Amino acid sequence: MKNNVKSASLKKANRSRAMSLVVFLGPFLLVFFVFTILPVLVSILVSLTNFNMLEMPGFVGLDNYAKLFLNDSVFTTAIQNTMIISVITGPVGYLLCFGFAWLVNEIPPKPRAFMTLLFYAPSLSGGMSAVWALLFSNDSVGYINAWLQEFDIISEPIRWTVDTDYMMPVCIIIILWQSLGTTFLTFIAGLQTVNRSLYEAGAVDGIKNRWQELYFITLPEMRGQLMFGAILAITGAFGVDGIITGIFGFPTQNYALHTIMHHLHDYGNVRYEMGYACAIATLLFLISIIANRVVQFLLDRVGK
Amino acid sequence: MKSNTMDTVELPVGKKKKVETVGIFRKRPKYDEEGNLIYYKKKKLIKNRVNRSAGGDVMMVLFLLIAGVFMAFPMIYAISNSLKPLHELWLFPPNLIVRNPTVANYKDMFTILSNSTVPFTRYLFNTLFITIGATFLRVVSASMAAYPLSKFKFKGRKIINKTITMTLMFAAPAAGLANYLIMSGFGWIDTWLCLLVPALGSSFSLHLIRGFVDQFPDSVLEAARIDGAGEYRIFWSILMPNMKPAWMTLIVFSVKDYWNQGATIYIYREELKSLNYALGQIAAEGVARAGVSMAINVIMMIVPVLTFLITQSNIIETMATSGMKD
Repeated sequence: MKNNVKSASLKKANRSRAMSLVVFLGPFLLVFFVFTILPVLVSILVSLTNFNMLEMPGFVGLDNYAKLFLNDSVFTTAIQNTMIISVITGPVGYLLCFGFAWLVNEIPPKPRAFMTLLFYAPSLSGGMSAVWALLFSNDSVGYINAWLQEFDIISEPIRWTVDTDYMMPVCIIIILWQSLGTTFLTFIAGLQTVNRSLYEAGAVDGIKNRWQELYFITLPEMRGQLMFGAILAITGAFGVDGIITGIFGFPTQNYALHTIMHHLHDYGNVRYEMGYACAIATLLFLISIIANRVVQFLLDRVGK
Repeated sequence: MKSNTMDTVELPVGKKKKVETVGIFRKRPKYDEEGNLIYYKKKKLIKNRVNRSAGGDVMMVLFLLIAGVFMAFPMIYAISNSLKPLHELWLFPPNLIVRNPTVANYKDMFTILSNSTVPFTRYLFNTLFITIGATFLRVVSASMAAYPLSKFKFKGRKIINKTITMTLMFAAPAAGLANYLIMSGFGWIDTWLCLLVPALGSSFSLHLIRGFVDQFPDSVLEAARIDGAGEYRIFWSILMPNMKPAWMTLIVFSVKDYWNQGATIYIYREELKSLNYALGQIAAEGVARAGVSMAINVIMMIVPVLTFLITQSNIIETMATSGMKD
């Protein structure tokens, strides 16, 4: 009798627990599926058609991909630009995040809080494109030009935002300026959780300076944060477009800063060639996953 | 260890460990023979750490200062320029710091905004509504989902967790176009549903909160269950208060995202557009608006920076649990 009551109440508890599982998880999972998983599947499917929002879509196989690689020189430029931007701003931004987090972590708590705010503020401020636009203005009204002329370094103002020789470096400086974002905070937090006694034990075991300490103790201890930071850095580097549009316009002069995201936007939201645009999106998914896998593989070997 | 000289004093048990930290100094209490406190001896904290050279410390501080100036420069410049009167804006060569500060640019900003076809207050309302609404949805949905995904045992938990982690690796903006197609299928284009609903399924938010819940001791949850608390009660009265650092962090990231959101592909109607978009339109009118657009940049910066300042310590605590686990 007693046993029966117990198992009945247990069953009831289990049932209510299963109910609560649905209530807790349901809303998130539903929306996550519709707006995160489904878009990947939709992108792949639509990329195999010639859908243009007006006519019935027809199946075209891999035509869109063939056209992208064989007939679209702007796309080749976009891939090149994206690669240059992400190969430079990705790793450099990542190292900056780590370097600054490490340095900031070495100083006492009060100045540390201040420096953290100072370094993180650019990414909080959402780009400040107006400031950069005026700094790098094309005429001698622009502050950089004015100063360079004042010190007789140049005689004619440099046309920063339309001269293809200068656009890429300027763009990279601006992206790096605001690269100390979530990754930076993650690293500071990671550094603060490393067990202090490991450092003293390491000193006894023959670690001589802060560099050895960094490589043999700190880095392996915060591998989880390093990986999370890498993911944020990679997806950020491949998805760059808004900050470029804000300062250099869209499309940029001679496509000098045309990225894959710009190309996607151009075909998707301007020309409504959805099939073609979705092929671009699918490729971008693929590239970012491959890049992430490679970086995770490399990070796995740190300090081993 | 028995000695009666003045400098090596036997300390009473229990007082020996009492070391306070004040700034970069560590206060070491000194006691007299009877164990009464005489004075505090200050000892530099940095020097106490192993494997640090003084030269390295100096280099480090110097480097941080230089980098700090570079990072702060555009912001100082924006603040200074927003306070410049018109003639000072076009001075050649330009001076970095304003000489005769004025709030004329801020006044102009409000004049321009109140003369626009859609009133300024409407843009402000839009941005506030979306920022608060979407942030609320993100926090609630991510916290609710994180609890079972971290603490319940059920079929499919592992695969769901892995899938969510996988999606962090996508370049998310690439999904924008397909999202547009899906939303136009639902007939949501040009409504706020496009901005609010996706906030319920943010995998980044879930990842942050989940990492934090993982650290929460199972024994506390078990004890509450034995006391007869239901899952909703456990979630609301035990988990949520203890997860405060995690959702405070999420609030900062979310406010930053939505507050800075400009034009989106989902919204066409002027009266539904955001403050950032409206202010961007003024700045786009060219060099004549230089002072006003600096004022705009300063105004837009205030909200995210303030939320960050209030919650900084929570953020560090949360990000410490954000690492990837295999």
